Amino acid sequence: MRYACLVYFDPKVVFNQSAESEAVLGDGFAYLEELRAKGVLVTDGALQLPDQTMTLRVRDGKMSATDGPYLETKEILGGFLVIEARDLNEAVRVASGIPLAKLGTVEVRPFVDFSKPRPTL
Amino acid sequence: MTDARDALAASYRNEARRVLATLIRLLGSFEAAEEAVHEAFVAAAEQWPREGVPDNPFAWLVSAGRFKTIDRFRRQARLANVLPEFAARAAAEEPAMLPESIEDDELRLIFTCCHPTLAPDARIALTLREVGGLTTEEIARAYLVSAPTIAQRIVRAKAKIRDDQLPYEVPTRAQLPARLESALSVVYLIFNEGYAASRGPALTRDDLCEGALRLGRLIVQLLDEPEAIGLLALMSFHAARRSTRVDAAGDLVLLEDQDRSRWDGALIGEGQALVERALKKRSVGPYLLQAAIVAVHMEAASYAETDWTRIATLYDVLKRVDPSPVVALNRAVALGMRDGPIAGLTAIEALLAEGALADYHLAHAARADLQRRLGLSDAARASYERALELAQQPAERRFLETRLARLDR
Repeated sequence: MRYACLVYFDPKVVFNQSAESEAVLGDGFAYLEELRAKGVLVTDGALQLPDQTMTLRVRDGKMSATDGPYLETKEILGGFLVIEARDLNEAVRVASGIPLAKLGTVEVRPFVDFSKPRPTL
Repeated sequence: MTDARDALAASYRNEARRVLATLIRLLGSFEAAEEAVHEAFVAAAEQWPREGVPDNPFAWLVSAGRFKTIDRFRRQARLANVLPEFAARAAAEEPAMLPESIEDDELRLIFTCCHPTLAPDARIALTLREVGGLTTEEIARAYLVSAPTIAQRIVRAKAKIRDDQLPYEVPTRAQLPARLESALSVVYLIFNEGYAASRGPALTRDDLCEGALRLGRLIVQLLDEPEAIGLLALMSFHAARRSTRVDAAGDLVLLEDQDRSRWDGALIGEGQALVERALKKRSVGPYLLQAAIVAVHMEAASYAETDWTRIATLYDVLKRVDPSPVVALNRAVALGMRDGPIAGLTAIEALLAEGALADYHLAHAARADLQRRLGLSDAARASYERALELAQQPAERRFLETRLARLDR
């Protein structure tokens, strides 16, 4: 059976450059390798911070979108897709085709590019 | 099979925009066309390695996009709620794929993306992505904003095109001047952002200049119009001097101090040929006149040998066609070069008295320079200080500060 492990955290804590948070981030990569070696890891993704997010809805055949993260509290995180797309607008186009976009909200977030410097907060 | 994969990558680079443009005509919507382009390339990735690269990749991709769309509409029709017009259009008889219709498709795409009803920011983002082939992220980096900001402009622009039912049409002869002006201003805005960046530490952003030049060349290829040719010439001249505009420290280098041996002779030659070609058409507009003026600079072996008489005459014509304050300022500077600093200073002071240039830092800088040449040090100091109050670009500020410091030596 497959599970989605959806990791939630406060970025101000995780990226505060403290010895503890740096150690945890380092340990995170090591743990992924351990799970991968055991054949337990299917796929993983580190998501960029919410200010890099587009949030969209489709109602009555029309898509509306906002630049920014999804903030509504009644709706819970029900699932996730990891898609391949040429750029953010292509990703939004693909996401707008997800049937649940008609009843709920889809947050489209790019994966972290580890070759770029970490954002400073 | 690497042949097929290379062909596919090449096709994407060369054809994706044209395939999109033609599919927008055939399907009547951006969204449907984008989906179709995507599916066409997916199909190509599957079939070309097996069946070989087709003789006419463009036609193959358009066909594939069309048929995948028809299939999808047929499937959706069983579930209800398909817009009948889309299905009808997509399933229509195989349309003729004449070169003229395909060129028209590209023009249609350009004119739609540059439609005057769309906000300028939206026009720029949409044009760079759909015509220029840049990704959302590339556009965002070029304009120093976040990707979602650009994505949102594009989403809104497409929604406006759809909701206002802006027609995908090449403008009629009567509409062309205004619509072309709108398109050319988009291209020039892109170029200027790259050439003289309004934000950020670097003074130029080459990727935007390159993008604008490509767009300009495409428009000239599709439309033999003097203003389009003039704009391309103007951008070519500016681009030819790009490497000499700033020195190693990132400081501004004036035209008079630029090392002309480092100017791109090929680009200058292209620009001059374009100016000659456009002038034959006997219809002069602002871009062509500005290009003609810069051409005079480009011809001079040195600043001292510049034909200021010809430049001043061209500015007289430009002023009639484009009576903007900035043109008037540049004309005043040219008069100062032709007739001496007193004439130039008189002209600039008259303009400043009129008011429109009061907050333009370059007007005060020009005035300061003329006052300096006349030995009016105190007045020059005050003018440089006023210019500094108004200047925002770091490199331009450093330049003004240097000039101010030199007064005191």
